[in-house]
Amino acid sequence: MGFFLETFLGGLMTGLLYALIGLGFVLIFKASGVFNFAQGAMVLVAALAMARFSGWATEALGSMVLGNVLAFLMSVAFMIAVAIVIERLVLRHLVNQELTTLLMATLGITYVLDGLGQMVFGSSVYTIDVGMPKEPLFLFEGVFEGGMLINPDDLIAAGVAATLVATLALLFQYTKVGRALRAVADDHQAAQSVGIPLGRIWVVVWAVAGIVALVAGIVWGSKLGVQFSLSTVALRALPVVILGGLTSVPGAIIGGLIIGVGEKVSEVYLGPFVGGGIEVWFAYVLALVFLLFRPEGLFGEKHIDRV
Amino acid sequence: MQNRIAQGIRGLAVAGTMAFALTAPSIAAAQAEQFIPLLVYRTGSFAPLGIPWANGKLDYLKMVNERDGGVNGVKLSYEECETAYNTDRGVECYERLKAKNGGGSLFDTQSTGITYAVMDKAPLDKVPVMTMGYGRSDSADGSVFPWSFPMLGTYWTASDIIVQDIAKKMGGADKLKGKKLALVYHDSPYGKEPIPALQALAQKYGFELMALPVVAPGVEQKATWLQIRKERPEYVILWAAGIMTPTAIREAQATGFPRDKMYGIWWAGSESDVKDIGAAAKGYNAIAIQGSADRGKAHDDILKHVYDKDQGSANSRDEVGTVAHTRGMMIQMLTVEAIRTAQEKYGKGKPVTPEQVRWGLENLDITQARLDELGFGNLMRPVKTSCADHMGSSWARIITWNGQKYETTSDWYEADMSVVNPLVKAGAEKYAKEKGLTPRDCSKE
Amino acid sequence: MFYRENGQFKASYVEDQRIFKVQQDRVAIIAIVAIAALLVPMLASDYLLRALLIPFLILSLAAIGLNILVGYCGQISLGTGAFMAVGAYAAWNLGVRVPETPLLLQILAGGACATAIGVLFGIPSLRLRGLYLAVSTLAAQFFLDWAFLRIPALTNYSTSGSVSVGSLSFFGLPVESAAQKYLFCLGFVVVFAVIAKNLVRSGTGRQWMAIRDMDIAAGVIGIRPAYAKLTAFAVSSFIVGVAGALWGFVHLGAWEPLAFGLDRSFQLLFMIIIGGLGSIAGSFFGAAFIVLLPIVLTNVPELFGLPLSVDTAAHLEHVVFGALIVIFLIAEPHGLARLWSIGREKLRLWPFPY
Repeated sequence: MGFFLETFLGGLMTGLLYALIGLGFVLIFKASGVFNFAQGAMVLVAALAMARFSGWATEALGSMVLGNVLAFLMSVAFMIAVAIVIERLVLRHLVNQELTTLLMATLGITYVLDGLGQMVFGSSVYTIDVGMPKEPLFLFEGVFEGGMLINPDDLIAAGVAATLVATLALLFQYTKVGRALRAVADDHQAAQSVGIPLGRIWVVVWAVAGIVALVAGIVWGSKLGVQFSLSTVALRALPVVILGGLTSVPGAIIGGLIIGVGEKVSEVYLGPFVGGGIEVWFAYVLALVFLLFRPEGLFGEKHIDRV
Repeated sequence: MQNRIAQGIRGLAVAGTMAFALTAPSIAAAQAEQFIPLLVYRTGSFAPLGIPWANGKLDYLKMVNERDGGVNGVKLSYEECETAYNTDRGVECYERLKAKNGGGSLFDTQSTGITYAVMDKAPLDKVPVMTMGYGRSDSADGSVFPWSFPMLGTYWTASDIIVQDIAKKMGGADKLKGKKLALVYHDSPYGKEPIPALQALAQKYGFELMALPVVAPGVEQKATWLQIRKERPEYVILWAAGIMTPTAIREAQATGFPRDKMYGIWWAGSESDVKDIGAAAKGYNAIAIQGSADRGKAHDDILKHVYDKDQGSANSRDEVGTVAHTRGMMIQMLTVEAIRTAQEKYGKGKPVTPEQVRWGLENLDITQARLDELGFGNLMRPVKTSCADHMGSSWARIITWNGQKYETTSDWYEADMSVVNPLVKAGAEKYAKEKGLTPRDCSKE
Repeated sequence: MFYRENGQFKASYVEDQRIFKVQQDRVAIIAIVAIAALLVPMLASDYLLRALLIPFLILSLAAIGLNILVGYCGQISLGTGAFMAVGAYAAWNLGVRVPETPLLLQILAGGACATAIGVLFGIPSLRLRGLYLAVSTLAAQFFLDWAFLRIPALTNYSTSGSVSVGSLSFFGLPVESAAQKYLFCLGFVVVFAVIAKNLVRSGTGRQWMAIRDMDIAAGVIGIRPAYAKLTAFAVSSFIVGVAGALWGFVHLGAWEPLAFGLDRSFQLLFMIIIGGLGSIAGSFFGAAFIVLLPIVLTNVPELFGLPLSVDTAAHLEHVVFGALIVIFLIAEPHGLARLWSIGREKLRLWPFPY
């Protein structure tokens, strides 16, 4: 029982990390109808930027806290710059294009970011040290044999994710920009005709997605290090948004938790019978099964076809 | 605007066709240089390992040219080709470089996948393939694999040596009985290669082997380490590469598995794998290829002849002497010595053909005295290859990370050939049957 | 001037339904095939054949297969690599288990197995579309990658999970040297290109396109979406499977699942985007472009005396690659094939455009 709880909890924590990445997908899709395949590459670039900036800043300032704060600000600025460049060079020219065209354009952006990121920041393994505790805690040692293992850094990550989601919900619901975002999501043309500057809104969305990517990158990177392969984590997060529905922020969170738990529990309990290594496709199949019953995901908006 | 871009594309398309015309391979006149193709991966998920490895290979060649003026006066020329650990890129590199500048002396593909693909082409092209510490373990049998050279140890000898060291730590091989060892491996041919050897060892010593695959590239291993926490194996053998290694060590920390009960294969035992984790990786063990964690005179020579003249391949001279860089040097030392041996037979001071290099590889005899002379005296044991034995030597030592650097913590071990040889023989026989090959008779060579 | 079609009248239905309606096109295509079949194997170097032309031919074939699914039927697939793997492994297994099977049969059997698996994974397309479908094909990719790594029977219990083929022969003729391998692949490509070209002009092909343009509307006019989508999956997977078998047997000789990984799927998708969605000729352009790009990028700076280090070149390749995709999507969403047809239109009027 203790072990099952541990697996379950481990799944929830991993799921939250997926949700953080999934959030980036949802934000951009909601506001611009673009399925941003480049989210993984953005996480990688953001994490690489943070890792390198914090290395330099810590050295220059001689203090880890100050250095990290400065590096974070620099990385935020960097991600905003990335967002502006993407809007200028790519999105502006693709207004009103088909969904698949936009999807493929983001695949192109993925390649550019992957290449440029490594060219500028290098392809070695880097660490982000924001002083997260690493050693595990053992709870309920009296209840279960060996206790129940909890990682404090996971708890912090969960807290960060929760704060981020709350902030985003507030931003969407109660600010002027948020309202504009929702308007753009409903209808590009209508939004433009009532005077919402489409270009600026897109920059805002991509910048916010970039910052979400940065947070995800920091959480993930400080846990496991930053390297090129980090961008593949986005592929693990894909079933999450598909399951939760592409247009729903809570969907990303709940989808993340379901996928995280499903993945870990299946790997631990089913894996040994079939040779292991099943968690990747299991997540996809899980999402697929849900999709067959709800083709728009759990919380996605129902799509109505008109001829 | 749209039109201008469209025109731009048309221009690009024209440029593309022209570039195609230009890239048709120019057959350079063969000069009196020995050409060594270098297949490397400096990008992709394995880059952290690939970069110092490639630098080591490059630095040694530069040093030989600088210090000795080449091999008996024959300068060494080389060209790198980026594979990104990708099989078809590797095949393209191989095809491009195999006939260049009088023939690529030998191919060190740096990848199990590329090795498998190139290995069947090599005999037809008459190019030797040397896979030091990786590749196909059963290719140590030179009678079936005349063109393949898994020098200085294979994954099967490594498995045996790791188990030997574990047995020693537990206080004798009999203590292994009934115990549980876990193998956490990269889910690819690379990671699967040791399984037969470990299974044979499990049978021999009576321990239970628990094999846990990690999906490439290995950035997400929580489930694996939860299973380890549940099953509580005595030791974990880590068959990882690239980002998978530091991730595994971090997950071990997060699930409270003691790092000093972990053994990595040599590709998971480089500084880049543990440096950033620092103290948390303290106690982590890895097997070294021979004694590649030590320093020898060869390192000083590289610093003196290459780095002091600002010719170094690495950004910082601190990289010289790291495990991965040293491995690159060892590979290149074997290459150079094979060329030297071939020259002794086929004519000193003249470039040798790849076919002659193969003879050199098969008749390599590097004694301790020669190793001392080369500056590798404490880095490795003498190597002697033959038609039947393409490995040359299977000695290795265990190294341990002390928080700052790797320390050699064991004496020399030699792999137990009574375990490995039957596997090699069976594998080679199966291969010969599949391909319809008749093995050479080594007693006649 | 040389490309005028004045005076070429279509006097019968047969003439009206030709693939190449203009005589010059027919001459050109026959000339191209003749050059490819006769001149190229004689003149091209070993390197050119093995490292450029053979991969180009095989990837063109795979791109044709994918183009049928994505370009003609509008169903996005990110699992092409896996379907190639099915073709390769199935062909290999047949060869290992029944050693006397002729090579041609092995390869076609590979295609047939890929068809079965392709249709199976195509079933979700009846309910899902667009992105959601793309994700379900990703499920196929990951599941099949896993299966070939983890199910030992599929690799005949090879220790490392890598498989390799012995020497090849085609009805007694050896397929060993570069030129022989090249001709072998060329044969497949020509045959399948002709089949594909005819299929997309047939009733089935028109149904695919109707589904692509708007599936609801197509349903309303009496096209069965299930039939159209699944036939597209079947035909596409068959061609892709054959290409996979060729890739494994002829190009690589030995392979592991990684050779057919997700990267391959993306690569093929890029080929048809750059080449032109919904165009058979475009598949060739795209494949040529993507096979050549990395080689050009590594060689060109050297020619100008600016040797790039290999890692910079590799990163640069990524960047150029991505940038080109974006540029294409913005400037010419129909890819190289469209540029080609614009060129043709111009040529028809040249030198008197008015």
